Amino acid sequence: MMASRARSLLAVVPAYNEAGSVADVVLSLRERAPTFDVIVIDDGSTDDTAQQARAVGAEVISLPFNLGIGGAVQTGFVYALEHGYDYMAQVDGDGQHEPAELQSLLSEMSRDPALDVVCGSRFLSPESCYTAPISRRTGIHLFAFTLSKILGQRITDPTSGFRVYNRRAIRLFARDYPHDYPEVEAVLMLHANRLRLAEVPVQMHLRGSGRSSITRSRSAYYMIKVSLALLVGLMRRHSVVEPGDPAPVSATRGV
Amino acid sequence: MHLGAQLASIAFAAVVFLVVLEMVRRRYLRERYAILWLGAALVLLVLAAWTQLLSTISSAVGIATPSNAFFVIAFAFLLLLLLHFSAVVSRLADETRVLAQRLALLEERERADHRSGADYNDDETENEEYALPGERLAAGRRRQPGPSDPALIRRR
Repeated sequence: MMASRARSLLAVVPAYNEAGSVADVVLSLRERAPTFDVIVIDDGSTDDTAQQARAVGAEVISLPFNLGIGGAVQTGFVYALEHGYDYMAQVDGDGQHEPAELQSLLSEMSRDPALDVVCGSRFLSPESCYTAPISRRTGIHLFAFTLSKILGQRITDPTSGFRVYNRRAIRLFARDYPHDYPEVEAVLMLHANRLRLAEVPVQMHLRGSGRSSITRSRSAYYMIKVSLALLVGLMRRHSVVEPGDPAPVSATRGV
Repeated sequence: MHLGAQLASIAFAAVVFLVVLEMVRRRYLRERYAILWLGAALVLLVLAAWTQLLSTISSAVGIATPSNAFFVIAFAFLLLLLLHFSAVVSRLADETRVLAQRLALLEERERADHRSGADYNDDETENEEYALPGERLAAGRRRQPGPSDPALIRRR
């Protein structure tokens, strides 16, 4: 049986071809965030990401093929929901998130009980040394500006995946989570469902190894896709599938 | 181009654009695929509205009537979209094959566990617990985790 108190914190580590860094991420989670259970979501990696993670004793869910970051993280939400976790953290498998900072995300969450999601932002701390190409930072700030206007609340880093979710947010995103490049759209979904988000300053490391999913050729697609998703998301009656809505996957629904 | 033909082209491209947006809004269409259609509709809209551009293009490639150039461009877009969908269907077929293999392997393992009598939980509700997230959502019920949770039976 599960003792709910003892198992209330889950760290989800989505990893796609991160054999070089996933073991380090698991080990540093165990060392610096020992209260978290760790589950690695191997998103159809073609290298030995899953074996590396299992070698250091992590639980691994291996997806049969690459679903993309959205599908991988949503697997984590479903897992967290089914296992009754109170809080779920997302910690990327490439080592850019610092597990020691989960504590500051968690303490922000417990400081304000109305919060549903706490997000680590690269742009809040004054000594931030985040050195992405100018084009990417421009894109991030553009989305940050748009979301700040929509939410009526200052958002600085909507593309950060370093987040802690409570039970309400887990339930929301287990039901419906954007498919690719999900972070920005997820902020809008939180707002539409009246879930509250706060940011705390964090430092992010440069990637340990592997490659970013966002190559230069894909960043144009990223910008267009996320803009379209935001625009359409604003026009939706329900931003997520509510009970009683048509099923999100249905063979009978025709057009 | 004749004014009537021009207006019809503009109206058609605009309708396609709006229908695609509405389909995304209703979740019939993912953003990924909508972008292609929106792009195609937008280019056709521009060509239909900006007759000067269309006649420049048609004279550059030696097409006598600008409206024919319009058809050629629309046809090229359709070919590209169809090619893209063939690629998508191929990927889907690959994914289905992998899923079927995984399912068959899982069933085989379940049967092997059953035969050996090892920690197999012969529970009436077993099948329900394999419901997809979407099915669980549609039924609107929430299952509390228990000792027969498939994730807990999973072997290392």
